[in-house]
Amino acid sequence: MLDKEGIAKRIAKEIKDGYYVNLGIGIPTLVANYIPDTMDVVLQSENGLLGMGPFPFEGEEDADTINAGKQTITKLPGSAIFDSAMSFGMIRAKKVNLTILGAMEVSENGDIANWKIPGKMVKGMGGAMDLVASADNIIVAMQHINRAGESKLLPKCSLPLTGVNCVKKIVTELAVLDVLPGGGFKLLERAPGVSVEEIIKATAGKLVVEGEIPEMDV
Amino acid sequence: MNKVVSGADEAIRDIEDGMTLMLGGFGLCGLPEKCIAALVKKGVKELTCISNNAGVDDFGIGLMLKQRQVKKMIASYVGENAEFERQLLSGELDVELIPQGTLATRCMAAGYGMPAIFTPAGIGTEVAKGKEVRNFNGKDYLMEMAFDADFAIVKAWKGDTMGNLIYRSTARNFNPVMAMAGRVTIAEVEHLVEPGELGPDYIHTPGIYVHRIFQGKDYEKRIENRTVRKKI
Repeated sequence: MLDKEGIAKRIAKEIKDGYYVNLGIGIPTLVANYIPDTMDVVLQSENGLLGMGPFPFEGEEDADTINAGKQTITKLPGSAIFDSAMSFGMIRAKKVNLTILGAMEVSENGDIANWKIPGKMVKGMGGAMDLVASADNIIVAMQHINRAGESKLLPKCSLPLTGVNCVKKIVTELAVLDVLPGGGFKLLERAPGVSVEEIIKATAGKLVVEGEIPEMDV
Repeated sequence: MNKVVSGADEAIRDIEDGMTLMLGGFGLCGLPEKCIAALVKKGVKELTCISNNAGVDDFGIGLMLKQRQVKKMIASYVGENAEFERQLLSGELDVELIPQGTLATRCMAAGYGMPAIFTPAGIGTEVAKGKEVRNFNGKDYLMEMAFDADFAIVKAWKGDTMGNLIYRSTARNFNPVMAMAGRVTIAEVEHLVEPGELGPDYIHTPGIYVHRIFQGKDYEKRIENRTVRKKI
């Protein structure tokens, strides 16, 4: 089974040289730590920055320089600043190659819910609805099972949706799965020490298992 | 074309109960903190506020919420404010949550003189409820209307007396698009200079969009989420 760092490490393998990538809040933020230095990758932060660098050294924080999670960050040589309309313009126009975000639920046809639990939690969708509606390449980083012990990979989402038919790949503490164009989660890899049976048990939606499922390389 | 006013109190002098305000900033970054303080002091009520976030409990728009000055909030993300969440869940506050790109682009449309935009954000979700859907090249888009705000209040780094503005780093965020979108736009700046001191090639917001400008003193510029790394 993977921890949060493990999920981030596995997702980092999906990033290709030359990509512009938007990382969401939570586990996706950790992905930045596992992008190899040899790769030319530019991180987009939707509050208006391309070329997001690491956290500043202690004492060098700048209140004017934050990421979309409102964390103090740094800029890199070649960074560019722009306003919020242009930020979502480049997202809508598909200039950003890969979007990685968290989710509360994903359905077998690629619907995602991650912004609202009616009557309990209303934080808002932030930029997530814009990102999932426009990006061609969306990876969800999340736990397979919620705190109540229920599967988060469902036949149909029960929570208000963020977007429909948009998630392409999911990486959890148990597995890597693709969302098939016709519906269904296709099991691609198992986390170290996790059996196919455990993944079947933890997946409420339609799971497609074909042939030998390799253990992931993390 | 001198747009200079003495300070925040004069800049907001004719903001009245029931008006619609746009407030720049992302979280607490690039927030027009002097004008917010003046609005809290003035005590205007029944406001509709358009802003990406609702501040935190003791800073930003959170201060106006605490005083029950806000009737309706239009925002994209409100996760950092317990009082906001309480007023929302109890029904005291009317809240319209909209996608962040839609929020920015509805401001932009107002500033560009366009009545509406088409965006895929929110298709198939509760955001689409009651909105016109148009299909272009096989994909569905929602029609979203340009905002109409009585006042837009923004924060810039530098400005000149003619209202030309330059923002600094990610404190730019929503400020330029909101500056373009208000019927009356108020800009508060850290440095107010004479015309000619800001190079024309470096202006982010041309002064034509700005009606009032003043230099704020002692900006707090509070950090919401201080993250650092250790020197090795």
